[in-house]
Amino acid sequence: MTEARTEVRVQQADFDAGRELDELRLQSRRMGAIASFIGVMRDLNEGDSVSAMTLEHYPGMTEKAITTIVGEARERWPLGAVTVIHRVGPLQPQDQIVFVGVAAAHRGESFAACEFIMDYLKTRAPFWKKERTADGERWVEARAGDESAAQRWQEQ
Amino acid sequence: MIRVLFFARLREQLGTAALELEHDGVSTVAAAREALVARGGEQWQLLCADNIITALNQEVVAGDAPLQDGDELAFYPPVTGG
Repeated sequence: MTEARTEVRVQQADFDAGRELDELRLQSRRMGAIASFIGVMRDLNEGDSVSAMTLEHYPGMTEKAITTIVGEARERWPLGAVTVIHRVGPLQPQDQIVFVGVAAAHRGESFAACEFIMDYLKTRAPFWKKERTADGERWVEARAGDESAAQRWQEQ
Repeated sequence: MIRVLFFARLREQLGTAALELEHDGVSTVAAAREALVARGGEQWQLLCADNIITALNQEVVAGDAPLQDGDELAFYPPVTGG
């Protein structure tokens, strides 16, 4: 397969998922499938209402870590263009947080790679969420379930 | 000099986002952690918690990773993006 495009963006601004999907489609010849995932900010966590969130990251390393994850996905499946966008800074409930879009020849590879990239992003990419509840601000705790979701790929 | 960075909860608990550490006598990531605890005091024991991740020049490494002058070393808690 010829070198397919990987685009990784870490930005404060919102993104237009429709436009990103169009880009993936138009840049992917011989690709019959595009799978995508959008992570959205919830207004509830650990049983508490969440009114706002701030996403901190490690500039430079985040982009590098995501690019590495996409590279690992490419070693597992033949993929076309891949786009990953992750927002940082202040966010409100229902805001988009993350976009992963994966083009592939067939749906199996695109679904699998999209899930793989998200599972690894959640456990490897240096982002941290701080949420505001009625009791003040608190750092979101990492979930064991996210780690086991990433680990299951190592058993396959 | 080693440039040392701290993120998220750890940054807040230590009250600093970045500092410079002399490279002399600090040959590994683990040695840098010991030097920081020795210099910073009890609160800096936080760096020794099992779940703290270390990244050298923006790649995750273990304590035995060797340090070179000019390296960037980061300490951070488990990640929660996505």
